[in-house]
Amino acid sequence: MRVAPRAPAPRRAAAALCLLLVGCGRQFSTASPAGPQARRIDDLTWLFTWLGAAVYVVVIGFLLYAVWRGHRRAENAAGPEVERRMRNWVVGAVGATLVILVFLLFANLTTGRAMGHFTGPDALTIRVTGHQWWWEVEYEDPVPARRVVTANEIHVPVGRRVRLQVRSADVIHSFWAPNLQGKLDLIPGYLGTTYFEADRPGVYHGRCAEFCGLQHAHMDFLVVAETPAKFRAWYEAQLHPGSVPTGTIEQKGQQVFLTRACSSCHTIRGTPAGGTVGPDLTHVGSRMSLAAVTLANTRGHLAGWVLDPQRIKPGAKMPPNPLAPDELQALLSYLESLK
Amino acid sequence: MARTESHLSSTLLDAEGRAAMERTWRPRAGLWGWLTSVDHKSIGRRYIFTAFVFFVLGGLEAAVMRLQLARPENHLVTADQYNQIFTMHGTTMMFLFGVPSVLAMGLYLVPLMVGTRNVAFPRLNAFGYWAYLIGGLFLYTAFFLNTGPDTGWFSYVPLSGPSFDPGKRADVWAQTVTFTEIAALVAAVEILVTVLKQRAPGMSLNRLPLFVWAMAVTAFLVIFAMPSVALASQMLAWDRLVGTHFFNPAEGGDPLLWQHLFWFFGHPEVYIMFIPATGFVSEIIPAFAGRRMFGHTAIVISLIATGFLSFGLWVHHMYATGLPQLGSGFFTAAGLMIAIPSGVQIFCWIATLWAGRPRFTTPLLFALGFIALFVCGGITGVMVASVPFDLQAHDTYFIVAHLHYVQVGAFVFPFFGALYFWFPKLTGHMLSERLGKWNFWLFFIGMNITFFPMHFLGLMGMTRRVYTYLPESGFGPLSATASVGAGIIALSVIVFLVNVARTLWLGSPAGDDPWGAHTLEWSTSSPPPPYNYLHIPVVEGLYPLWESGPDRPLVTGMATDRREILVTTVLDAEPDARHEHPGPTIWPLVAALPVGIMFIWGIFTPWAIVVGSVLLVPPLLLWLVPRRRGAEVPTYAETKV
Repeated sequence: MRVAPRAPAPRRAAAALCLLLVGCGRQFSTASPAGPQARRIDDLTWLFTWLGAAVYVVVIGFLLYAVWRGHRRAENAAGPEVERRMRNWVVGAVGATLVILVFLLFANLTTGRAMGHFTGPDALTIRVTGHQWWWEVEYEDPVPARRVVTANEIHVPVGRRVRLQVRSADVIHSFWAPNLQGKLDLIPGYLGTTYFEADRPGVYHGRCAEFCGLQHAHMDFLVVAETPAKFRAWYEAQLHPGSVPTGTIEQKGQQVFLTRACSSCHTIRGTPAGGTVGPDLTHVGSRMSLAAVTLANTRGHLAGWVLDPQRIKPGAKMPPNPLAPDELQALLSYLESLK
Repeated sequence: MARTESHLSSTLLDAEGRAAMERTWRPRAGLWGWLTSVDHKSIGRRYIFTAFVFFVLGGLEAAVMRLQLARPENHLVTADQYNQIFTMHGTTMMFLFGVPSVLAMGLYLVPLMVGTRNVAFPRLNAFGYWAYLIGGLFLYTAFFLNTGPDTGWFSYVPLSGPSFDPGKRADVWAQTVTFTEIAALVAAVEILVTVLKQRAPGMSLNRLPLFVWAMAVTAFLVIFAMPSVALASQMLAWDRLVGTHFFNPAEGGDPLLWQHLFWFFGHPEVYIMFIPATGFVSEIIPAFAGRRMFGHTAIVISLIATGFLSFGLWVHHMYATGLPQLGSGFFTAAGLMIAIPSGVQIFCWIATLWAGRPRFTTPLLFALGFIALFVCGGITGVMVASVPFDLQAHDTYFIVAHLHYVQVGAFVFPFFGALYFWFPKLTGHMLSERLGKWNFWLFFIGMNITFFPMHFLGLMGMTRRVYTYLPESGFGPLSATASVGAGIIALSVIVFLVNVARTLWLGSPAGDDPWGAHTLEWSTSSPPPPYNYLHIPVVEGLYPLWESGPDRPLVTGMATDRREILVTTVLDAEPDARHEHPGPTIWPLVAALPVGIMFIWGIFTPWAIVVGSVLLVPPLLLWLVPRRRGAEVPTYAETKV
């Protein structure tokens, strides 16, 4: 695993300020990179910021000086000597601007090249499909039976290059996990590709960045970067079909799932439920969040979501499900058992 | 310059001649006079007023958004209402305030500044205003009927296409844009022809005031950029109405085509507002520094260079679509390069202020505030020109911050400065300087409190166009700060409105030239007579009012019994012909109505195009019935007062 280089002191201070502003320290910021791509961009951001701030101070300093100086004059400065001096200053300032811009262009192109440079071994290919308003995630494998399908939660091994392929099932979305990499649009009719790598374990927040309709505000996802061993364990678990319910409550819950509206939109592998409108729920119990990271995955939230999604995400495709209390409790137990 | 002697009277007009001019150019009385007016000042004033009303409406929409976002999970408006409101805000500010307001200032000021009696094609000018008004009323009627567009001012397909936006909302957007395109295109043609063919004798291109240069460049931008969005919005309308598949990938269409067409217009549009704004500043700064603008030629070249480069930037709205790196590198270089002409202008303004003796009037404060805000917006603009940085900043509040520094800072500030500067010419009364300074400082402080924190919000990951955010996102404190700033901006606009109302109620006459400024319009009365100048001035230099003294040469011998204007040559403004301008008429308004019917009804059935076209024929014929006596050989005399 690569160790992140320590940031210089002013940058640490600024990053700490940003963290303070972020509050609880949720991993969702361009200023605390967790991968080489985001780190390169972060370096470039700080270069731009400090240079830009310096330019701003100098230009506004000159402006204030000019106004103050002019205001104190008894009469206009005039004559060929004044014109010549002004011309020299303006030409000099334009020259300085040009030098700075060429330097920034160079820094920008260097960053672009460096972002394409990877140390890790062969890439893991993940295909993400955007839906209004959730993310379908599919792990590529040469053996079809070893492909994993999940939703809104992307597990990746630390230190391994990830090839991200994106497409859209409806309108344009944009995949953005700011701690890891810049955005990539999901455009109907196009297959977009980008690469990223996580170099420290963590749960990184991501969200849709392109306006995609009514619930654009609630279309988030999580990238879980974990050690290769943990990732392998997770992957193997995901390969299994949904666990067969053992308790009577869970068995009743499965019946509710299969006989009510649920199965017409959702898939649970290993059962007759094969709907493809909504997320695959084969391992929903193992996920951290619900409804594209709108809610934490707790029993109470799950109950509220199943009963009336329109209260939480008005316009979402999922209809309200008026279930009797015992049906609801059974269904919740079943879904929670799908680890 | 070659001068032909007149066979007509070579003396100045006496009282009788003056009365004849009054008779010839007098507008008709009352409401009928208002509806039939073809005077560029009357139409320009109502254009500015209408655009300002839309500015206030767009500001109210912004206020609702800031209230909604003041705290996490707020329920002031629903997601659906919020999406309509942010779409209305963007559409209003770009299409109903931004572009129309600068063109309106151009329509009012350019004929005065080049020393002619009216804008070229005065009836077309009236038609353009009516088309714009119908478009604006249509959009707001739809909005108040809960059919406001809800797919953003950029209206990306397929979200705005037939599959994902059923109903009429996106059609309303597309047709509103069509009305604005008509109005903007006709205004651009009028301004350009006025600048090239109606300048006062002696005003060769190298004596053209900087604001007129800026408007000429802007007119070119409008003429080259607007057809792109006109095409795109009509293709969208056809996709929605008659089932074409321009943007439908399932049938071989392409959603990216929309983005290219839209931003090929959308990026120059920013400069359509910014270039005239720099023109305002380039008139205000020399007037209050009390000296000639330093680097006049450099500024003219910068304006033209900015205009050209603005067409090489559209892809920087599309970096996240996954374009090839080499292509993106080109647009990055163009994005950085456009900082150079902007830098040249800023340095020239600073040099002029340094060598002059600045008077801190409200217009100059707005010009200085403009520089302070624009340099900030320009630096963030250089940042977002970089592909890697933009991939993080794109579609976040960082962009919201950047674009408002550029558009509020570098367009609305100069626009307010220009209103304070030219208000005496527009109305004959001075705005209060005391209230003006309150207006400026509240706006400047409020603007920074609102938009500066948004840079941080963006880097923290807050995306644009979200109707709410979760408490654990941590966006709350900065978002609330921005909302407080928006309140301060609202206060400053209220101060402005009070200032205007107070001035119109009890203002004292301003006089012809209250500021001691240098361009021609300050040599006529405030507000100017319907014919602008009793005698068309002859221009002898770049700063006619500062250089020529009180006995400026004038053109005499023009007809007083018909609306005659002097046509001059393109480069040197040598007298070329005498041309009779048309008088007041109702037909532009009558012609605008079937156009309105055609576009509005056209969102329901394609037959509206047929019906509208047929209805359009009679008013067009009556409008164009030839009554002109044709151009005549140049016959005029020049005389000194």
